[in-house]
Parts: sequence; C-alpha cells; structure tokens
Amino acid sequence: MLRYTARRLVIAVFTLFIIATVTFFIMQLLPGTPFNDEKLSDEAKAQLEAKYGLDDPLVVQYARYMANMAQGDFGNSFYYNNTPVLGILLGRFPVSAFLGFQAMVVGVFVGMALGIVGALKHNTFWDSTATVVAVLGISIPSFVLGPLMQYWVGVKLGWLPIAFFDSWKHSIMPSIALSVFVIAIIARFMRTEMLEVLAQDYITLAKAKGLSALGVVLRHAVRNSLIPVITVIFPLVVGLVTGSLVIEQIFAIPGIGELFVTSIVVSDYFMIMGTTVFFAVLFVVALLIQDIAYGIIDPRIRVSGGKE
Amino acid sequence: MTNGDILLKVKDLKVSFRTGGGEVQAVRDVSFDLYGGETLAIVGESASGKSVTAKSIMRLLPADTSEIKGGEVIFGDRDLLKISEKEMEGVRGRKIAMIFQDPMTSLDPTMKVGRQITEALGKHLKLSRSGANKQAVELLQMVGIPNAEERVKQYPHQFSGGMRQRVVIAIALACEPDIIIADEPTTALDVTIQAQILDLLRDLQERKGTSIILITHDLGVVANTAHRVAVMYSGRLIETGTVREIFYSPKHPYTWGLLTSVPLATSDGSQELIPIQGSPPDPLDPPKACPFAARCPHTMKICVEDMPEFTDFTGQQRAACWLHHEMAPHVEPPARVGEAK
Amino acid sequence: METGRRATLTPEMFEPVGMDAQEGERIAGPPSNFWRDAWRRLKRNKVALFGLVSIVFVIAAAYVGPLISGYGPYAQDLSVRLQGSSSEHWFGTDSFGRDLFTRVWQGTQISLYIAFLAAFIDIAIGIGYGAISAYYGGWIDSVMQRIIEILVGIPNLVVVILVMIILQPGILTITFALVITGWVGMARLVRGQVMQLKEEEFFLAARSLGAGTGRLIWKHLIPNIVAIAIINLMFTIPNAIFFEAFLSFIGLGITVPQASLGSLVSDGYKFLQGDSYLLWFPAGVLCLLMISFNLLADGLRDALDPRMKK
Repeated sequence: MLRYTARRLVIAVFTLFIIATVTFFIMQLLPGTPFNDEKLSDEAKAQLEAKYGLDDPLVVQYARYMANMAQGDFGNSFYYNNTPVLGILLGRFPVSAFLGFQAMVVGVFVGMALGIVGALKHNTFWDSTATVVAVLGISIPSFVLGPLMQYWVGVKLGWLPIAFFDSWKHSIMPSIALSVFVIAIIARFMRTEMLEVLAQDYITLAKAKGLSALGVVLRHAVRNSLIPVITVIFPLVVGLVTGSLVIEQIFAIPGIGELFVTSIVVSDYFMIMGTTVFFAVLFVVALLIQDIAYGIIDPRIRVSGGKE
Repeated sequence: MTNGDILLKVKDLKVSFRTGGGEVQAVRDVSFDLYGGETLAIVGESASGKSVTAKSIMRLLPADTSEIKGGEVIFGDRDLLKISEKEMEGVRGRKIAMIFQDPMTSLDPTMKVGRQITEALGKHLKLSRSGANKQAVELLQMVGIPNAEERVKQYPHQFSGGMRQRVVIAIALACEPDIIIADEPTTALDVTIQAQILDLLRDLQERKGTSIILITHDLGVVANTAHRVAVMYSGRLIETGTVREIFYSPKHPYTWGLLTSVPLATSDGSQELIPIQGSPPDPLDPPKACPFAARCPHTMKICVEDMPEFTDFTGQQRAACWLHHEMAPHVEPPARVGEAK
Repeated sequence: METGRRATLTPEMFEPVGMDAQEGERIAGPPSNFWRDAWRRLKRNKVALFGLVSIVFVIAAAYVGPLISGYGPYAQDLSVRLQGSSSEHWFGTDSFGRDLFTRVWQGTQISLYIAFLAAFIDIAIGIGYGAISAYYGGWIDSVMQRIIEILVGIPNLVVVILVMIILQPGILTITFALVITGWVGMARLVRGQVMQLKEEEFFLAARSLGAGTGRLIWKHLIPNIVAIAIINLMFTIPNAIFFEAFLSFIGLGITVPQASLGSLVSDGYKFLQGDSYLLWFPAGVLCLLMISFNLLADGLRDALDPRMKK
C-alpha cells in the first residue's frame, strides 16, 4: 500500500511539474504576453520587469517562475486592479466548491439509486428509465440544459431565481444543472457494475447462505460494485469543473468558472494561467485521491500492495 | 452409513430457461430421493441439467431468465418450491447448504473470510459477534486450515484455490445443515488438491452424518465418494442405482458409453477407450422420445417415438431404456463394462 | 411417466434402426461470422438503430439543408432581423437577418467535420502508438506507457484551453486541441490487444513454425482492432462535438462569421428572453446528434463485443 501510494504521489508531482513547465513556455510564446501588453501601464510594466527579470536568460527566468509558482505566486491580474491571482482565486473558490460539492452529492446519490434499481430490475420499466436518464444526461450539454431550466423553471414558471448567488435558493438550479452529468455517469457505471457483480458466484453463495435479497445487495453487491465506481471520481471532477465554466457563466455566479471565462474574454493572461494551474492542481489531487481511495477500499491492493 | 429415511424427495421437476432462441427445457421430469447420511452423485456431461437441478432445489436460479415449470421438492413436510421466499431463506444455509465449482470466484473478494463465515451464523443461529467469531475459527480448523485465528482476518485473495474451497466448505458447514449440495466441488482444482477436498467431505460426512448431493461429470470422483448415482442426460434422469450397480452392471446404453469412454484408476490401461459418437441434442429442440436415441448404438423404432418408462431392477437400480422392455431384443453391454473397478 | 398416450406396442417397433451418424453429428445452426453476428445483434437493438437512422438523417440534412433553403449562410438582410419561423425562413432569422435554417445546417457540417477529423486522427495515432509500444515491449514500452500515464492525468480541458490561447481559434486549432489528449484511450486499447495476441500460445506456435504470422494478424488482430476503432470512433465523435460546442460557448471557438452548432447555441443564448428560438433550433440539432451518437455507440459496443454486453 505504501509503495502504491508513493508511486501515485510521484506521478502526481511529476504531472504538476509538466503542466507548470508547459504553462511557462506558453507564456513565452504568447502573441501578446503580459510583459508587452499594450493595456499595461508603464508603471505596471516596470514592476513586472523588476519582478521577473525579463533580461535574464530563459533558464533563470524559468527557475524563478517555478519557485514563485511553488510559493503560490501566480502573478497579478491586470483586469482586477493588479491584485494577486491567487487571492482572487481563493476568494472565489468557496462558491464554486459549494456548488460542485452540492452537485456531486446529489449526483452520486441519485445516480447510485438509479443504477442499483436499474440493475436489480434488469430489463423492466425501471431499468429502461435508468438507461434513458443516463443517455440524456450524457448527451445534453450543460449549456443547453442550463438555459432550458432558466427558461422553463425560472422565466415561465417563476419558481426559482434565474441568476446570481444571493441565497441557497439561487444554488438549486445551477447545482441540478451540474449534477445531471454526474447522475448520468454514476447511474450508467453503477448499473453495469451491479449487473456484473450480481452474476458472480459469491452473490449466489451469499444467497445460498440464507441472506435476504436486500442483505445480499447491501452487503455484497453494492460494496463490490462501488470499487470500480471510484475510478470515475477523476472524470467527474473534471466534468464538474468543465460544467462550472458554463453554468457559472449562465447563472451569473461569482465562482472560479465565471472568473476563468471572463479572463479569457478580456485576455487576462496571468489570470488564465493561474486558473489553469489551479485547475491542474485540483485535477491532480482528485486523481491522487481516487487512486488512494481505490487502494484503501480494494483489499487486493491494500493488503498485497498491487494488483498487477 | 445410510439411515434409510428419505430426507429429500424430488418429484417430476421441470425447469426451463428463456433465451433469445426460445425456451430451453434444462430439466425434464427429474425425480429422485436423497436418504439421510448418504452421498448421491448426479452425473452427466455439461448442459445435462445436473447443476440446474441442484440450483432449483435451493431456488437459486435467476428469476428473470428461468422458471420452475413443475414438480415438487419435498423436504420434511414442506414443498420447497411452494414455500415463501422468507421461509426459503430459513432453509438455505441452515438446512441445505451449497458448495460451488470455482473457489476463486465464490468468495466475496472485499470481505474477510471470517466475516463471510459468521454471516450465516448470525442470521440462522443468532450467535453474538464474538460467539460467531469463535465458531468461525473452529470451523476453519475443522476443514483443515492451519493458523485459523490469523486466517479469519484475511481476505480471499490471500488463500490458495484449495484453501478457498475449504473456506467455502466451512461456510457450508457453519450451521450444521442436513444436506450439502456440492456442485462440481473439485473440478477447478489441481488433481492432488481434489483428493484432499473429497477426503475432507467424506470425513465430515462420517462425523456429522450430513447428506451430500454431489454434482459431477467425473466418474472417478463418483467411484470414490458416492453411495448412489443418478445419471442425467439432456435434462432427463436416465438411470439410478448404487455405485456398485452403476459401475458393475449398468443398464442404460448412455451409462455404458460413459463408463467405456473414460479411463478408470483401477484399469490396467489395456482397454480401449470408446468415445460416445455424436453430440447431445439441441437444447432448444430436444427430442420428445429418448434423448439418447440419436447417439445410441442400439436405437430401435420405438426409441425415436416415445420416451421409455423406468424399469426396476434388483436392488435399487432403475433405468429408462426400451432395451429392457420384454419385446426388445437382448443386447449385451460392451465387454469392458462390468470389469471396471 | 408419460404412459397415458401410448398405444399398444408391437414387436416391429423394437427393430433396431442403427445409429444415424449424420443425425448425431449435426451441429445446430450454420457456422457464424464475426461481422455478420455483430450486424445481427445490432439489428435487434432498436434503440441503436434509431441512433443510426437519425445520424444519417442529420448528416443528410446538414448537406442538403443549405442547398434547398435558398439563402447563403452569411447573407445578411437587415430588413428581416429576428423573425420567428415562417414559410420564408423555416427556423426564422437571426439579429443580422441571416437565415437560421441555413446557418444551423451549415454549423452542423462544421461540427461534424471537426468531430470526424479529430476522431480519425485519434484512431490513427492511437493505433500507431499502441502497436509500436506493444510490439517492441521492454524499455520502449515502459517509456511510452509512462508518457501515457502522465497525459491521462492532464485533463483535456486544461490542454485544450492552453492550446486555444496560443493558437488562433479556428477549425484546425480546435481539432488539434482535441487530438492532443484524445488518442490516449485508443493507444491503450490497441496496446492491450497486441499484447494479448503476443501472449497467445497459438501465436507463439505459429511463429516457431516460421509461418502464418501475417495470417494471424489478419485473422485475429485486425478484426479486434477494427472493432475497437469503431467503438472508439462512436464515443469520440459526440465527445468532440460537445467540446467544440463548449469551447464556442466560453468564447474560444469558431470565429465569426463562421458558425458551428456550439457558436449558434452560444449566440442564441443571448436572446433567451425574447427570441429563444435562436437557441432552441441549434440546441435541438446538437442534442439530437449527441443522443444518436451515444445510443449507436452503446449498441455497437454491445454488438461488436458481446463480452462487454451488460
């Protein structure tokens, strides 16, 4: 288990290193880099020159850049009054995290329920419903679902506010819009895994012991189906971040997603780079958590230190 | 060894599967009795319906693709096919337990083996956690697993195939059931391990007096373990009798074929092996009459028109073959039959 | 048992007829063929067939639609701005008076073009990379697999956005951005297949006899890889359609006056309160396309790989 974790950790750090390096060189390649951007005041330019030592050799610049990055210094945003990028990101993170977490929780529970019911009632109405929901959830993009909900639930029915983030009520529609994707992925995966597990000999043996149908499902089937479902944590986090870019934009929510799209529109390069690296860290951590959780839950890895 | 009382009575059991190609009649009119303390071997090639028969007794067939079309399984004063699912749960594991073919897949990989044993103890015997744990250790010791105190805390992947099958046997024995159904319990194991597992089963049976239904295709296993034998072919029971009767004076041509197509441990190697020609009937369209007629060297006109009744012989032997009708010509079994053993 | 229906028995019924060897050896059903089996399974799957038919319909409409509408995709007519559906303009007109019907199908063409291009390049790179990695094995395989392991950890969202920022937005840039990480899945599957074949005993046997390698690859490897490629294609295309639309929506997509389904949805969203048809028509086609591809992809996976069927 220790070796396994160490290995994952090394890969994670290395991935981050690569992303940061690529980001650095992209900064150098950019057509209108922040260093010679017309929108910058002379004063700001002088500051930048001083800070980044633009006359130094590339290697020195690179080393300094990496050192800054490691200390959480992503540079300053010119669009937001030359404030440090990290500060803005951290200020906006709670909103996005709240939405994402809410969507994840709803998505995981509804998705699991749909997947389990679909598998237990294989080839019935419930199964078809679960499958249809899964296909729709994967096929209908958030930038179509969001407007649809705004139009019907917000404008036509007037049940929920269609924009801004003033109360919990404001978070309902965006969270649901985000969670549909999670529901779809989990339901689909859970159903496939459950069907596979239910056909296993150890399930028949559990029944042969005299356990009730419910007991077999809860103790053996769900447990074993969940192990592979852990492998969707990473794609789900990626999907939630991707969705948040659109959903926060549509619902005018002051989170990181909205920030990112705005910085793209106004070409706020430090902001874009900082957010990209921030996302990269988030993803790498998610992948790390996924791998370690998988190791903890599956005794074949936890006890013996590897499956291969 | 056998105490003479009928413990389980299977009567006219009919089981079908629904498949894309139509209805498959996996078990057709199978009847047999199981006596207290005996081992009854159900023998047949794959797809002969022997495993389906076993799972039907336990009502473990998948509900969405299979259906028990008729028959009775009388256990005590109840028909197991008629009682509620709730009552059936009280029978499974408690009165009748089961051992499966592949020990590598029949244990839950995410649960400690001790827990997998105590599950049944908690359910049926209402043992406390610590009582059940103690019992689990004793069970593992009984099936011959060394370091049982340590082993209960381990996961299935830490056990070898033979050891896992011992664990499965321990699970089956947990509540001291009256009957154990062992579905090809040694097929997936190495030959040396096979003998150990069979010895274990025989030994436990002598100590506990449990009746065993042994499902197998391996006549060597039958000869060493069983008291009585039921031969199945294409979903039908075609011959039953004691081990001696089946091995020394089999009456059905399919049984002759079975005996002459495999080498037996006791034969000196001089005999020629004679494979049974052809292949079993299409399960989607089985013959209405004798299922073996198409492959039988002694087929008569009547064989393809009607299913023969059972003919009773001396002792406990019965066979369903027209050759034993009074109008049939006399046919001698192949020379090698009867020399076996 | 079953005695009631029996008539009287006569001695001639007990005459031996001899074993009909022909009957005994009869095998149920003719021998089957991989592709014919797959097609038969697919045909039984009504939902997947619906996907197939509607994809064909959308593709046909994408190429025929702009021809029969009578308007050019970029032709502006400010006198007919923001008109709803009519017999003149079936899907209405946008804020520049352009015919939405024409633009939607033109946009569908561009979305499909990007998706197919990206998917095919993915498959080409994936097959090459996977095959080389598996064929050479050893340290080459190790290095190539570590590269993949790192790429898998970098979600394409990050890569795509970085690429879109350096390069000029456009069809090829989007395709390029999609391909950078897209080929990894295919490479892994192909490597798995080749490794499996390498380990097969019959492959070893044939090689040690000094013959048949080409035939084995042709008979066993190629059908498997083609099947994987088709399934991968079907899952990559909707993914690419989605990503292209997503990029357009966050302002990194196709540049005006060109339009894709994504940029049309994005433009239409600005008119949600008022002229929402500008959103619903392109969004409808986009969703239909996504749903159809996903349904067909599921059906094909089941049909081509019955072991994966669930």
